Formats: sequence, structure tokens, C-alpha cells
Amino acid sequence: MKILVYGYGNPGRQDDALGIRLAENIEKWIADENIPGVDVDFNYQLNIEDSERISPFDIVIFADASIEVIDDFIFTKVNADEATIEFTMHAVSPAFVLDLCKKLYGKTPETFLMHIKGYEWEFIEELTEEARLNLVKATDFVKEKIKTLQAQKT
Amino acid sequence: MNKITIEPVTRVEGHGKVTIHMDDNLNIAQTRLHIVEFRGFERFVQGRPYWEAPVLVQRLCGICPVSHHLAAAKALDVIVGAGTGDGLTPAGEKMRRLMHYGQMFQSHALHFFHLASPDLLLGYDSDPALRNVIGVAMKYPDLAVQGVMMRKFGQEIIAATAGKKIHGTGAIPGGINKNLSIEERDRFLHGADPLNIEKMIEWSLSALELFKGYHKANQSFVDNFAVFPSNHLSLVRKDGALDLYHGVLRAVDKDGKKILNDVEYQDYYKYINEEVKSWSYMKFPFLTSIGKKDGWYTVGPLARLNTCDFIPTPLAQKAFEEYKAYTGGKPNNMSLHMHWARLIETIHAAEMIKQLLNDTDLQSTDLVTKGTKQSQGVGIIEAPRGTLFHHYAINENDQITMANLIVSTTNNNESMNRAVNDVANKMMTGQKVITEGMKNAVEIAIRAYDPCLSCATHSLGKMPLDITMYDSNNNEIDHYKS
Repeated sequence: MKILVYGYGNPGRQDDALGIRLAENIEKWIADENIPGVDVDFNYQLNIEDSERISPFDIVIFADASIEVIDDFIFTKVNADEATIEFTMHAVSPAFVLDLCKKLYGKTPETFLMHIKGYEWEFIEELTEEARLNLVKATDFVKEKIKTLQAQKT
Repeated sequence: MNKITIEPVTRVEGHGKVTIHMDDNLNIAQTRLHIVEFRGFERFVQGRPYWEAPVLVQRLCGICPVSHHLAAAKALDVIVGAGTGDGLTPAGEKMRRLMHYGQMFQSHALHFFHLASPDLLLGYDSDPALRNVIGVAMKYPDLAVQGVMMRKFGQEIIAATAGKKIHGTGAIPGGINKNLSIEERDRFLHGADPLNIEKMIEWSLSALELFKGYHKANQSFVDNFAVFPSNHLSLVRKDGALDLYHGVLRAVDKDGKKILNDVEYQDYYKYINEEVKSWSYMKFPFLTSIGKKDGWYTVGPLARLNTCDFIPTPLAQKAFEEYKAYTGGKPNNMSLHMHWARLIETIHAAEMIKQLLNDTDLQSTDLVTKGTKQSQGVGIIEAPRGTLFHHYAINENDQITMANLIVSTTNNNESMNRAVNDVANKMMTGQKVITEGMKNAVEIAIRAYDPCLSCATHSLGKMPLDITMYDSNNNEIDHYKS
């Protein structure tokens, strides 16, 4: 089973870095504990080329900061048929990437989105304390999710 | 007065809206593109060590970080005494150029395949649920794959030259911090199809043919959509060639007369001023010598091909000659011809990438120039969306004391307003209901300029596209939300 953890956001904009930081945490974890079959990637935002990037994987976990009214994080399934279109399209949603992957490459990896609650979006590298606590919880959840998915496979 | 409001934006691109005011007879009285959020990036960098600027400026947004990275580095070249564009080592300048042309290539490819091709291939008034790259993928999968892989190729050029995908560090004051390895070079030159430069050139040429075919079949529409006389401004090489990385500032009027005659850009503030209007946080730049009323100008692909005399790569030059012949050598003021110009630049970027990859200077280890420190510097680059200005001053403690950025989208502020005005007059006069075709026409007019509102407002926001129509008493009579 091949798993991709893909964090996105602008690490120079305070809590917008949450997705990137989660992916970094997972990258360190798989290196420290020699977890097989997990790849990690990062970018400012998702775009059309990510449809090709996710196509070889069985499971994809996107991670992003959230401005929505949630407690700490939400982990949801991404469905290709929920792709939405935005005005200038300099960035696209996980559902859009998945839908494009399905249509261009005939692949539909099981895809999830980890939305982590953020609070401030200034020109600062460090996360707010509240966001940092949410990141710890979200990271633990993703680690457990990966272990569960791999156990199911075996 | 009736009023129509359109509110565009995405997660990372700030907050803007369009209002269209109508009189009692439903004639267009006034149109405005408003930018309604602002965060002061210029103030944020004050007090920071100057050498941090090329990385700090990438916090502006994740859409064109390479352009900001390079413009800031060029300004700091001046501050560290490495000259005003011609003082870098060959490896320093050429690695930066490779990074820049990689950025230009992927950005233009994204715009054409992702933003423009759905309108061209599926129709401007087709189902909006399908009028996007997914709709193109369903009907023209091979073409959609081309767009994806052209983006990927450009992104990989950036990663190889900037050092990493996020907050690249490649360009530093006075040069670059890495060269290009033989392995990286060979991957781009001879990689398995389609990720090699020959395939990128081939696909760039076929994209241009696609546009030309559309233009031939829809000539009246393309030639009459959002047309208005404009001045045009860009960098050009000192011999008049198109140069997207460095040159002198040139502006021409609607007839092609030079109104800014190849001036050194370190003195840009002598020639360009910015007007603040109460209804928008985005400033309105203008040529000081002409004044606020008539001194506004267009930047970007259309402007660049209006100001330059020739393109110094053969395939793009051939396409340029055909393009110029269409207007009898006069400046092109047709907004949808921006796509034509952008695709010629895409070919040029691919040719430049090939030329640079074959240059052994990229394997040199002589990467940085040092000199006598200066108190201020200006860096200007032709970003995908147009001319980008960065200006910094420092104190004796090497801290930034002043920063001024004029970004491409701000330079196009008046032009986008004019484009919206032209479309509104042609499509909305006498109307009380906003149709999908009207809404998309306004979007197309703005999108032709490929605006990045995050850079322009230095903001972070999230917003769908809204249109609201008001009667003469400001009462809502129709509303459209995407």
C-alpha cells in the first residue's frame, strides 16, 4: 500500500503553515520509526499537476489550515464529485485534484483531508499556541490513521 | 442609479469585487474594480535585515513567489554593490534566468490550459459546471495532460534552481547559492517523454496553433471583446529585444509612440507615480510626465509585445512577426489577444530554457559578486502578469528602513477597470437580469490580465464570485453567486 501525506499552505503566514507542519511531522516520524510505504510532499497550494502527483498512490491524505468554525481539526473523506470551481483558479481544492486525477489518469486513490484549525494569518513564521496544540492532536490522529490503514492491508 | 456587484477571489488571492452602476435608463454610468482588503507588507519588512528580503517576500502569496524572490534579489544586488543588473557572474545571472523562465513557462501554461482553454474549447456561455479544466479533461484529455505536464516541468525547473518548492533560497544578494548539476541539466534536456524541453517546445507551439484556430473561427468576438486604447509599459533589453529578466523601462502610447524612452529603472520613481482612490486599496500607477488622467498603462504579455522590437529566439520571433502583422505593426489593444501574446511568450520561455540548459556557465562555481554597499536599490522584473517593482532602502545597521512594491496586478488596475467597462457597456446595457454569459464575460475580461489580488493587496482572504444588481436607489434587483 502506498500512502501520500501532502501538506499545503504558506509557512510564512503564521497558522497557514499548519498543513506543511503536519507533513513535516509525518516525514520525521516515518524516518525515525522507519515506517514503510509512506511518502510526504509540500507546496504553497494545490494545482493541476498534483493530479499526476497523487495518481500512483492508494491513499492520499491532504493537510491544510482551516478558518472554519471547528474545534481543533476535522478529518474528512474527499469525494471527486464534490469538486468546486473558483474564479481565477490559481489554486484548486483536494476534490478538484482527485476529480482531475480520475479523469486524466483513470485513478481514484482513497483521499482524505485533514483540516486543522488556525487562528492568525500574519507575516509570521511561528504558529499561534492554540494552533500548535491543534497540530499535535492532528499529527497523532494521522499517525494512528496510517497505522490502521496499513494494518487493514496486511 | 442601478448597481451590479461582482465579488471575485480565492483562498489565497485577497478580496476584490466589481460594481457596475447603471442610470435610470439602464445605461452603464460607471464601472469599478474594488480591492477591499489590505495588509501592509511594506511595513512588515521594515527593521528586518536586508538579506532576508528575497525569502520574506515569498510570504506575499504562493502564486508567484519566484517573481518576488527575484525582484527582491535584484534590488539587493544594487545594495551589496553587485551592480544594477549587469554585475553578476555568468552563472549567477543565468541560473536566475533559468528560474525565471521556468516560472514564466509554468505560469503561462497554467493560465492557458486551466483558465483560458475552457472558454475557448467549450464556449464562453457553456455550462459553468463544466467550463473548467475538468470539462476540458473530459472532452480533450490529451490537451489537459499537456497542461498538467507543462506545469510540472516548469515547477521542476524552479525546484532545481531555487533549491526547494516552498520559500526558495536560490537567489541571494549578489548572485545565486547553487549551480545546476549535470544530472539536473540532462534530466531537463533528455528526460523521458514528456518531461523534456523538446516536448515542451512542441506543446508550446501546438497551444499557439490551438489559439490561432479559435481566433480564425471567432475573429469578430476575439477582436472586439474588451478593446480600448492604452499606453503599454515593460522592460526591454537595451537593443529593444524582449527580455523578461532585465532591461530598461520603455512605454509606448496607443499608436506606438515612445512615451518612456528606455530609461534606467533605478530612477523609476522619477517617471512613475501612484494615485490613491478612496474606493480601492489598490493604487493606480501612472506616468508622471503625462499625468493621472491619461498616464495609466497596461503591463503583461500584451504590453511586452507592444513595447519590444523583436524576440531573440527563432520560433517565438516567427510567431511575433505574424502577431505584429495582424495590427500592421501598431500596438495591439485587444484584451483577448493577451492569450495570443502569452502563448508567444510561452514559446520564448521554452526556447530560453533550452538555450540556458545548453550553456556550461550553469555548471560554474563562481556564483556571487561582492562590491561596495549602497543605501538603496531597485529591482524590476517582468513577472508573468507584468512589470514588478521592488525598492528597498537600508540603514547603517543593515536593516530595511523603506520598502515599496508595485506589483503587476496593481500596474494593470486601470486597464482591468477599462476592460470591465467595455464588456459592461456591450453586454449589460439595458439589462435587469444577470445571465451566466454576462457574469462570465466580466470574469473573462478580468481573467485576461491573470490578476493576482493577493500580491496587489498583500492580503489573505476567501470569497466566492458574487454579482449583485441594484436599481437606481441601491435596492437589490438580481443576485448571482457562483
